[in-house]
Parts: sequence; structure tokens; C-alpha cells
Amino acid sequence: MLFWQILIDGFAISSLYALGATGFTLIFGVTGVLNLSHGAIMVAAAVAAWAASGNFGAGAYVGAVFGVVVALLLALATYYLIVRRLQLSRAVREEEKEIFILTATLLWGIMIQEAIAYLFTNNAKTVLPIVDGVVTILGVRTPANEIFTAFVCWATIGALWLFVNRTLAGKAVLAASMNPRGVTLLGIELSTVYVGVWAIYGALAGVAGVLLGMFLGVSSYSAGPLTASAFSIVVLGGLGSVSGSLIAAYVVGYLETLTAYLISPAYRAIPALLLLVAVMYVRPRGLLGRR
Amino acid sequence: MLRRALVSPPVLISLIVVLLAATLPLYVSGYVLGLLTIAYYFGVFSMAWDLLFGFANEVNFGPSFLIGLGAYTAGILDNLYQPPIALCIAAGVLASMIGGLVLALPALRVRGPYFGLTTLVAVLMLQNFVVVAASLTGGEIGLTIPDVISIDDKVNYWIALGFMAVSGAILYGLTRSPVGLILQASGQDPVQAGALGFNVTKHKLAAFLVSAFFSGLAGALMAFYLGTASVGTFIDVTVGVQVIIGAVLGGRRTILGAVLGAVFLVALGETLRPLGDLATFIVSAVALIVVLFFPAGLLGMVKGAREAT
Repeated sequence: MLFWQILIDGFAISSLYALGATGFTLIFGVTGVLNLSHGAIMVAAAVAAWAASGNFGAGAYVGAVFGVVVALLLALATYYLIVRRLQLSRAVREEEKEIFILTATLLWGIMIQEAIAYLFTNNAKTVLPIVDGVVTILGVRTPANEIFTAFVCWATIGALWLFVNRTLAGKAVLAASMNPRGVTLLGIELSTVYVGVWAIYGALAGVAGVLLGMFLGVSSYSAGPLTASAFSIVVLGGLGSVSGSLIAAYVVGYLETLTAYLISPAYRAIPALLLLVAVMYVRPRGLLGRR
Repeated sequence: MLRRALVSPPVLISLIVVLLAATLPLYVSGYVLGLLTIAYYFGVFSMAWDLLFGFANEVNFGPSFLIGLGAYTAGILDNLYQPPIALCIAAGVLASMIGGLVLALPALRVRGPYFGLTTLVAVLMLQNFVVVAASLTGGEIGLTIPDVISIDDKVNYWIALGFMAVSGAILYGLTRSPVGLILQASGQDPVQAGALGFNVTKHKLAAFLVSAFFSGLAGALMAFYLGTASVGTFIDVTVGVQVIIGAVLGGRRTILGAVLGAVFLVALGETLRPLGDLATFIVSAVALIVVLFFPAGLLGMVKGAREAT
């Protein structure tokens, strides 16, 4: 009973982690940017969905779509207002740009977080779920929403896989991650690819954020821990490797669920952090990282 | 070179500012003094961070790991056994330096974002530990520290100011010395610095130890000033972010600018306090604008303007 419960709960949480980390690693793999406002964008999507479906009575579906759109716009704003400006800046030296982008996106994330706290208070908010009710699987009473979450996560990741591997635009993205100069030589405008990737990233973070809001609920305080968990999953799996982050998401998700059920929810985050430190010392490039 | 640096305009100006600041207790209220005392300790945090960021070229996302180690070690020791305060502070500094060594180890192996993450994880682990070991650390409520250095806010102010001035002088002198130059070279191009015969590892390790020394000392002193230590004031990631914003705002690779940034940050945060959550928003926005449009920071702008004329 407990075994199945851990298996099912762990699966749902892990799928959510996987989706959140996929966008993060996509941005790093293609544009080389670590976006530290990631958690804030996810929270913004969830809060937007909550406000639209609850406060303005737009219904669960419209609310969810609105949340994703907000995340998409925020991701594009992150790119145009901050990342691009710093990448093109002449005042910042080339080798220091990474540090400046990290700092700037961190500040941007805090701004989003505080704006949410100011406009909607920092209470925890649960988004109106699209699917209601409880289903019994293998003797475990599972909210239907949990199954829905896992399903949507995998459907979204699957759609991304199809896009990258089966469409021309997706192949351009893949090529840009391997050799940006080669892509430009083939007559593809690199900045268009980047804008597209940031838009995809925004949509992924938005879906992950809205689902998180339905499943566990969010508050403006979740922004920092969300970024940290996406960051650690991605490093564990290997920066820039999508399949690596998927595996890592499941490792972290199950570790946390196991600890929460078997030891105590207070220790939830610790084993995953210890594992991360061990991986950093033994194999700094992560599970499936390339060098 | 060192002698010339010691009589240069920035040093003279800093000296005058410190002397003026020392007279402040004669005409401002205890409330302002209390704020400035905290701001000065934050100034030291930011300076110690700038040594790693600006010179060793290592982004340490966990300055609050070192600060927290210093503050909590000193505080717990005092709470349990009440030895002389100096002993508690020395223990805090020692713990922080050991922490600095632990942080430095991955830095010598992994680069850029990986290192940044290790330091972030260090903060999260310390935070988890403090909450879990609540019987020892006071957990989320905070740790009570029975002794204080002084109850007079003027004395506390002068201690903080003097400590900041001395730390600033040491760190500034260090970065302007040949050793500082080697450290800077090791940060910017480790391969070339190594090829010139400098021991990159040794210099980076030393930078971590010095940074940890000042962070831990400032953390322990601040804990004794406040009489309490909590996760929110010493370890939380937001504390680290504030230290980082202070250093970036003041100007990278300037050391002295970090103090300017930290004091500015505390003052701005306090002025905007009536706005509630919006205060942090505005402070972050100001910092972001500085990062985007004036990447050299406040002190860098002054320097740039003088070089241009």
C-alpha cells in the first residue's frame, strides 16, 4: 500500500520536475544562458492562472491558458530586456557576460516575485484544477488531478521531442545548440532561433507552473526553491542534456517522496542535496553531461 | 607600488569619510546608528564577496554560508558554555574558514555555473541543518545569544565602523599588492597565469580563506550585536543576494565600492520600508538598472568619469 502510494505520488511529482527542468536545460543548451528567474516565471504563471480562474471567474481552462501566456510573455521580456541587452553590451567584457546574466536574471526574478507578493499577497494559492475527483489505483486513492498532471507533463515533453527531432524549425534549434556559427552559415537567422527558443521555454515553464499551482499550490516564496530545484536537477543530469534532466528529475522526485513518507517531511530536501554534492565531486559534468 | 596606492585619492577620500562617519553618533539618533551598524557589517560581507567575484573570478552564490557558519558557531558556543566573547568569535572565524576551504575544493575542480550551484547547495544544506537540529540552533525561531559586546549603541556603532575600516584597508591593500595582481591574473586567465609560473590553486585557495575570514568575523560580530541569530538574518539565500547586490551595485573589482553599495542598499531599503513588498521590488529594479546600464557600478562610474576627463 505504502509502496504503491510512494510510486504513484513520486511519479506525479517527478513528471512535474521533469517538465520544469526541461525548459531550463533547453535554454542553457541552445543559448548558453542560465535563467535564474525560472522559478519566478513559474510562480507568475500559476498566480496568473489562479487570479484569472478564481478572482475573475474565467473558468479553469481559460485560467490555465492565461497563465501559460503570461509565462510566455515574461520569458520573452527576460530575453529582450535583459539577456539580449547584456549579450550585445560593449561595456561588459565577453568572459564576464555569464556572471552578469546570472546576476541580472536573479534580480529580475526577485522583481517578479516581489511584484506578485505586492499585487496578490504572499499567501499560498491553489489553482482551480481542470480535472476533479478521486480515482483508486491499486488500492491507493489518487486525485484525478495527479494523473492529469503526469499525463500533461509527458504529453508536453513528447511534443517538444517531436518538434526538435521531426520539424525543420526544431532541427535548426538543435543545430544552433551544437554549432551557432554553422547555423548562420546555412542562412538561418540565429536571433530568430533564440527568440523561438525563449518562447518555447516560456510555454514550458508556464505549463509546469500552472500544473504545480493545481497540484501543490504556490506562493511567491516558492520562486527561489523552484529555481534551485530546477538548477540542481539540470546539473545532476548534465547541463544541456534533456534526457539527463529527465532521469535526474525522477531520481530527485523519488528521493524526496521516499524521504517524506519514510522518514519525515522535514528532511525532504536533504538526501537530494547530498546526492547533488556527491555528484559534483565525483562527476562534475552530471549523469549524461557532455564535455 | 603599495606605497603609492596608500596615498592615492580613493584612500584619502575613504579616510576622510571614515573620520566623518566616526563623528556621526554626536548628532544622529540611535535608530540611524543601529541601521548604519548593520549596514557596515553588510559592507564587510560585500567586500569579502568582491574579493572572490572581482579578483578570483569565482561567483560565490553562498556568501551567507560563510556568514552563517561564523554567526552560528559563535552564537551556539556562547549559548552553551558562555566562554569569553573573544573565544566565541575566534571559533566562529575558524568554522567559517573551514567552510571556505570546503567551498573552495569544488571551485578548483568545476567551473562557472557548476561552482555557483555548489555554493548555493551549501547554503541550502546549512539552512536545512539549522532547521533540523533545532535543539542546538534554535531552529526556525532563532538562537538566543546571552552575551552582547556592549549595550551602548554608540560603542556598537564605533566597533562596526572601526571593524569595517580595518577590513576595508586590509582587503584594499591586499588587492593592490603584487599578490592581488597575481590573484586577478589567475581569475582572468588561469592558463596564462599558470604558464607565467604562478600557483593559481594556491592563490585562489588563499582568496577563499581571506574571504571566509572576514565573512565569518563580521557574521560573529553582527550576531553578538543583535543578540540573536536566525536563518532569515544570516543564512537565507536572500541575505546572500543582498550581499551580492551590494557588491555589484558598488562596482565590481573595487572593494571599497562594496561598502558604498551595501550602505546605499540598507538606506534605500529603510527609506522605502513604508511601501512594504514594493520596497524590495524597487531595490532590485535599481540594482538591475545599474547592472544593465552601468555595469561598472557606482564607484566604477566615478572612476570612468575621472579617467574620461
